[in-house]
Amino acid sequence: MRHLLRTPAGIAGTLLVALMVILAIAGPLIWGAEAERIDSAAILQGASAAHPLGTDNLGRDILARVLVGGRLSLGLALIATLIGAVAGVLLGALPSVLPRRAARLVTGTVNALVAFPGLLLAMFTAVIAGLGARGAVLGIGAALAPGFARLTQTLAASVAGADYVSVARMLGVSRWRVLTRHVLPNIAEPLILNLTQALGGALIALAGMSFLGLGVQPPSFDWGRLLFDGFGRIYATPAVALGPAAAIALAGIGFNLLGDVLARAASRRATPPGEAAGRPVPEVGELGEPDQDAVLEVRDLTVAFPGGVTPVRGLSLTVAPGEIVGLVGESGSGKSLTASAIGGLVPYPGEVSARRLRLCGADLDELPEQERRKLLGTSLAMVFQDPMASLNPALRIGGQLAEVATVHQGASRTEAFARAVDRLEHVRIPEPAARARQHPHELSGGMRQRAVIAMGLMGEPRLIIADEPTTALDVTVQREILRLLREVTDETGAATLFISHDIAVIGELCHRVVVMYAGRVVEELPVEGLASDAAHPYTRALVASLPDMETDRSRPLASIPGRQPSPAEVPDGCAFADRCELASAKCAELPPLIPYRAGHRVACWEAK
Amino acid sequence: MAESLRPSAAGPSAEGGRAARRTLAGRVRNGFVLRRVVRFVVSLAVLLVASFAMMHLIPGDPVRASLGPAAPVELVAARRAALGLDEPILSQLLSYVRNVLSGDFGTSFLSGEPVREIIASRLPNTLGLALIATVVALLVAVPLGMWAAIRTENGRNRGTEVTFTSATGAAVAVPEFLYSIALVTVFAIGLRWFPPAGKAGPVSYILPILSLSISPTAMIARISRVETLRELGSDYVRLARAKRLPAARLYFRHVLPNTLTATLTVGGLLLTALIAGSVLVEYVFAWPGLGLRIVESITQKDYPVAQGVILVYGAIVLVVNLLVDLLLGVLDPTSKLKET
Repeated sequence: MRHLLRTPAGIAGTLLVALMVILAIAGPLIWGAEAERIDSAAILQGASAAHPLGTDNLGRDILARVLVGGRLSLGLALIATLIGAVAGVLLGALPSVLPRRAARLVTGTVNALVAFPGLLLAMFTAVIAGLGARGAVLGIGAALAPGFARLTQTLAASVAGADYVSVARMLGVSRWRVLTRHVLPNIAEPLILNLTQALGGALIALAGMSFLGLGVQPPSFDWGRLLFDGFGRIYATPAVALGPAAAIALAGIGFNLLGDVLARAASRRATPPGEAAGRPVPEVGELGEPDQDAVLEVRDLTVAFPGGVTPVRGLSLTVAPGEIVGLVGESGSGKSLTASAIGGLVPYPGEVSARRLRLCGADLDELPEQERRKLLGTSLAMVFQDPMASLNPALRIGGQLAEVATVHQGASRTEAFARAVDRLEHVRIPEPAARARQHPHELSGGMRQRAVIAMGLMGEPRLIIADEPTTALDVTVQREILRLLREVTDETGAATLFISHDIAVIGELCHRVVVMYAGRVVEELPVEGLASDAAHPYTRALVASLPDMETDRSRPLASIPGRQPSPAEVPDGCAFADRCELASAKCAELPPLIPYRAGHRVACWEAK
Repeated sequence: MAESLRPSAAGPSAEGGRAARRTLAGRVRNGFVLRRVVRFVVSLAVLLVASFAMMHLIPGDPVRASLGPAAPVELVAARRAALGLDEPILSQLLSYVRNVLSGDFGTSFLSGEPVREIIASRLPNTLGLALIATVVALLVAVPLGMWAAIRTENGRNRGTEVTFTSATGAAVAVPEFLYSIALVTVFAIGLRWFPPAGKAGPVSYILPILSLSISPTAMIARISRVETLRELGSDYVRLARAKRLPAARLYFRHVLPNTLTATLTVGGLLLTALIAGSVLVEYVFAWPGLGLRIVESITQKDYPVAQGVILVYGAIVLVVNLLVDLLLGVLDPTSKLKET
């Protein structure tokens, strides 16, 4: 109930519906007599002090009639909705107990009827049943049924796939029993939510029928009928149509807003707390002069989200030309966010700060916007994990590649396309010209990842950031992509930042390994030393967990006890201390990343 | 470690087969088009039988009901004979189907006009209104929804989001006949900017089209926003952003085409709803379309006219649904429609 009153829409909807219900109950009791009182001295009057909305052709007060007419409007809408809901749920549940062919027939019928406008059905029944509320209610009920049937089917299908239903089936529970005991109770909530909106729709449709003179007939009156009467006089006294029109509009809005809010509350996910940015990270060490040769130089990079969540905390990283650097860590260690931050792609409300962020010798924070875009668009290539998702399904491969050249390098469309074909050929995609004219879904996963790499080669890449580029691929395809990345690095002289959770792949491909844990670099060492020289207990544990032929490759780190702290609950000291055998009292203090040997740095008090 | 190796979706042969099915030719081979056409024909047949049955489901004698209790017995009998109501029901159905297919919808009880002529003279006015309103709704709603999505991505600009959802939520809930009455009262009767009723020149289209398109615009804008938000969170947008494409290219070339499927599905459904809604709008504006005529025929018990017009409305709905389905099947390379 509380979530209803959290948003203005929820408050408005709840209030309006409550008002309508009260009106339907109390209206006729209070104003019933007034609404029927004939006054021959006050026939067809406009708005006045005595009759704020005027009077009708028998001198009856229109305001009183609007307040009374709500009961019939709401009551008829309720009946129509219930007819529609009961018929619809039966119709929708039928396929799950019927034999296959009959079930398909029912489903097909429902699908065909769902698109049929309710007003037409209501008119059809109005012709048969004659003018009056009965025909209109029946017709609108019938029109609501297919919608409920479709909803029931969809929901039942999603529940039918659930494990507990499969188990019940395997245990030999009858289909009818599965339906009534397992399926229906689990779909009741969304169905009931849908009732609210259906009720609003029925009320509007009934008002429409009555307004056309096809619904409620005198001497009964609902809002639609009052509008019908008032509409004829709209030129002379517009006020007489105002009351019923406002009542219908408010009821429609009320039910719709309430239905909206209820539906959203039912599917609400936990909302992130909207507080200020995370706690500041202590600045460590001298910044020093920028490294002019480095392709990438990052100093004390921090990515913070509201609510004190800081997934990347003071990360420093330098990548030299032609170097393949592996960034390894568990999921949640901040490695992908680091990649996003370098590429300037951290989504709102994340905040990126760094004491230094240089790409190709240019400071990204100081570069004018136009040059920054061009530099990032042409010198930085990114490859993401899922090649199925990282190409636009609606556009041809060639066009997606070519636009890099047309946008940043001023190439003509033909030149750009020719270059795209050339690049596709370069990453060894067979028949590149034909492939360029295809859509992504026509290529296999490995081929798509090649196309993404080719896209990165459209500019003059100095740095390729590959974020788990092989994780979503077949093992055999993985090797090819890794080989391709190495070749591309060799040929272009670009550096590669290769992000992975798989230390085996990193060990195979990279020159240098950077190990991340809980948003920080804990160790940085040449790949040759990985097996023997690793100094940080976490790196050593990673290496020890390396899978061999007998290990289940999908769970490479199962042997480190404990769990990485989440970004919101990282301790002040060493984040690994809880899982570390060597941890001492000193580990409550944050260990700095300091030189250990040549080209080898480690952040651990126990590393000797 | 949570990131486990995901099994790759399918081998090369399965990929090839799927690709073939997604081309238009593949769809034809796959039977998608044929299934849709068959469904359309079956629905049309059901509609024909239903409109035939309508006349016979009327309690008592439709001719007597129409002519009133005072009409002489001979007249009623002559009308019944002319309508063939005394023949066996099956032969009546057959001749009804034969007549409808040859374009003969009967004649009005009241005016004696052929129903075909009524439909031919009025249908263009109704369709014109509905089509223009649909186009207006799509042209306004899709960019509006995209704009709202871009502004409120990842929960920024809460104010815009609240305003947008409340305003569209309220606009959707108000029926078209109330918009018409409000617009007539303010702009035709109050300000006298537009004619209050009738069809006389382009100006007379403005108020009816506004009334018809406000709700669908709000509806489509909401869907467009949700679809755009979903696409904005996808990897290909991240990659397009990494390429530093200009905003216009990013949103119109990359995002827009991917949101259109869902938007057009709803747009198609709205067009059918809009055709029905036009009945009420025509009534308010005394618009010389089919809607005004069907209301008259039902209240006056002019059954042949009601029967013919309902049949035409139903057929329009079926045709629109067929066209939308086929269009989506061709447009959307990954549509799930093809399975059904």
